Amino acid sequence: MKRFLIASVSAAALGLWAGAATAADQLTVVSWGGAYTMSQVKAYHEPYEAKKGIDILSENYNGGLAEIKAQVEAGNVTWDLVDMELADIVRGCDEGLLEELDLSVLPPAPDGTPAKEDFIAGTLHDCGVATILWSTVYAYDSSKITGEQPQTIADFFDTEKFPGKRGMRKTPKVNLEFALMADGVPAEEVYEVLSTPEGVDRAFAKLDTIKDDVVWWEAGAQPPQLLADGEVALTTAYNGRIFNAAASEGKPFEIVWDGQVWDLDLWGIPKGSPNKDAAMEFIKFSTDTQRLADQASFISYGPARQSSVPLIGKHFEAGVPMGPHMPTAPDNFKNAVQNDFEFWADYQDELNERFNAWLAN
Amino acid sequence: MTDAAITGVVPPANEPLTTADGRPLKSALARAERMRRVKAMLLVLPLLLFIGVSFLFPIALMLFRSVDNPLVADHMPRTVAALEAWDDRSELPDEAVYAALVADLAEAREDRTIGRLATRLNYETGGLRSTITRTGRRAARLEPPFKEALIDLNEDWANPETFATIKRLGNRLTDVQYLAAVDRRYDVNDNIVAQPEVRQIYVSNFIQTLWMSIIVTVACLVLGYPVAYLLSILPLRYSNVLMILVLLPFWTSLLVRTTSWIVLLQTEGIINDVLVWIGILSDDGRIQLIFNAEGTVIAMTQILLPFMILPLYSVMKTIPPSYTRAAMSLGANRYYAFWRVYAPNTLPGVGAGCLLVFILAIGYYITPALVGGQDGMMISNFIAYHMQRSLNWGLAAALGTILLLGVLILYWVYNKLVGIERLKLG
Repeated sequence: MKRFLIASVSAAALGLWAGAATAADQLTVVSWGGAYTMSQVKAYHEPYEAKKGIDILSENYNGGLAEIKAQVEAGNVTWDLVDMELADIVRGCDEGLLEELDLSVLPPAPDGTPAKEDFIAGTLHDCGVATILWSTVYAYDSSKITGEQPQTIADFFDTEKFPGKRGMRKTPKVNLEFALMADGVPAEEVYEVLSTPEGVDRAFAKLDTIKDDVVWWEAGAQPPQLLADGEVALTTAYNGRIFNAAASEGKPFEIVWDGQVWDLDLWGIPKGSPNKDAAMEFIKFSTDTQRLADQASFISYGPARQSSVPLIGKHFEAGVPMGPHMPTAPDNFKNAVQNDFEFWADYQDELNERFNAWLAN
Repeated sequence: MTDAAITGVVPPANEPLTTADGRPLKSALARAERMRRVKAMLLVLPLLLFIGVSFLFPIALMLFRSVDNPLVADHMPRTVAALEAWDDRSELPDEAVYAALVADLAEAREDRTIGRLATRLNYETGGLRSTITRTGRRAARLEPPFKEALIDLNEDWANPETFATIKRLGNRLTDVQYLAAVDRRYDVNDNIVAQPEVRQIYVSNFIQTLWMSIIVTVACLVLGYPVAYLLSILPLRYSNVLMILVLLPFWTSLLVRTTSWIVLLQTEGIINDVLVWIGILSDDGRIQLIFNAEGTVIAMTQILLPFMILPLYSVMKTIPPSYTRAAMSLGANRYYAFWRVYAPNTLPGVGAGCLLVFILAIGYYITPALVGGQDGMMISNFIAYHMQRSLNWGLAAALGTILLLGVLILYWVYNKLVGIERLKLG
């Protein structure tokens, strides 16, 4: 019996050791789940696994730096690569939670343009390489709203013209921008106005006008569901989620691009990742011109490289051309504002307190 | 039994009692006792260690985090030292402070600690984050006089409040997190003042959390008491089926149960549909039953109900039915016999159930996060926010400590009123 015990314990130990030894053949890639992770798996993970013969473990999270901070501080980093928003990349980099990346190894465009010029300005960072531009927009169910259709961001706040509940994300971010634009502030002046106490008051006053009609959502998968259930008449949402519900599930959802607030998603490597080099290899592969263009046929987020734009094809199921559904398509981009990560890094705590106090009263 | 029976020989009267191998009996006994105690200790040692490592240590760490404040003292030592002499808070500090500030920020940028420093200061005063990082970027290239150079760079450096904040955070131990957790802060002269009204959120939320937990506890008691009573008096074959009905939801995932409440209660959901169908509500007049405080209370009551029913049932099961029969045979009516004889006997179960439900409810997180919507948030949702989003773990720890203290006080009150030895879980 004793001998059996010793044998099984050492076998288990051996197994663990072997597991550790093969860990380099595995990469843990963390992203936001749902249709978005699916697009990454199809466009990046599967071809890379086939090419390199390694396993990519896909995990989901809900954004933010909490898990990365916990892993880095505990010295036990299990995430190799994380899909992050720009504000988190900047902050994570400042706080030493992310590895600095050597951007010179990124492959050039097919025509030889160096990566640094090929990537849209502002999409490369010391600690992050952008893959997509995504956007927060609002959408409605065209089978429910008959007659005049909503056109502008002001229509979202107009409950007389378009009665019914509104879906909004339960955070001050983006909602305050929408409120100001609906109140007549031009897109390029939004953050200037929001930086003053009067501007914040003005945004909250505008939100006040629809407060009783709002259903608050938190996860990106919720708004298409709220629309489909008829819980809300109009809802803010991530453009890719609405597009997928329309293209893949045939929902009669329409996006209103006026006043869209766009942002970036970037790859970041948590500081101290044991597979840092393998993760960088994966970044090089997944952010080349073809891969970024491929991803756009699975979800309607714009590629971060200019050279990818002409290569964007049709949706893999619905077969519709994806070009016109990109946030950056000229027709959609007329009145757009980029999410100002520095403003939010500065004021998100107090605005969040104010937002929650406003909600509870 | 005689001494002779233990030792086997009759000792002389003046010698101490010994065992067979000649040792004094007293020490042999003590030794045997000690061995037993050591063995018992060894048996519980793993558990003690486990509790220490997984329970007491994290709580101690949390308490420490709520007052620990090393960042500014570690990374701005020169500025903190120079600010010692700054007393008149209506005036800006002198050039020496600005020079120290430039040196500190240049160094902090060099060793990449400036981000954490900026975040820490930003928790106190919104906007300081970009002031610090931008100044840090330029600090190495600034020329004296630094006072003008810095004020020229950013007007925050012309505000005495900025320096008051830095000076205050220069202490390694701080109470600012506790003040923030009760909607208070220090002003420029280090007086404690209330936060601006639009930002006051925590005190009202503590009260709301307490209030909602009380409602959930009372609702569980009112709903659970008859069920537990029925369970205890029904014949076994019926009570078994009923017991499974109580336990089945208990074994179902919390998320599944919460989500099914959304399906039931949402405005296009089953309850509203039925009410519209039978004509109680008009189609436009559907009521909001979920994503608010009412929805949270409904879902939490259902989820916590088994924690009330089970202790109640186990106590009721032990009350002999002859008690009530005896009371009635002595002239009490049903009502009187129930209230004066049966109900007091169930008190230990009521106490245990209420305590269990209340303590679980006051720290509840997932259900309010999913169905709390606009006004059904509880304090643990804010703790989670500061753990996960703002990364202000100090404030999260302070909020957690206040919650823990609240629970301990209530536990103490319970002990004074009911007595903890009367608690009965089964």
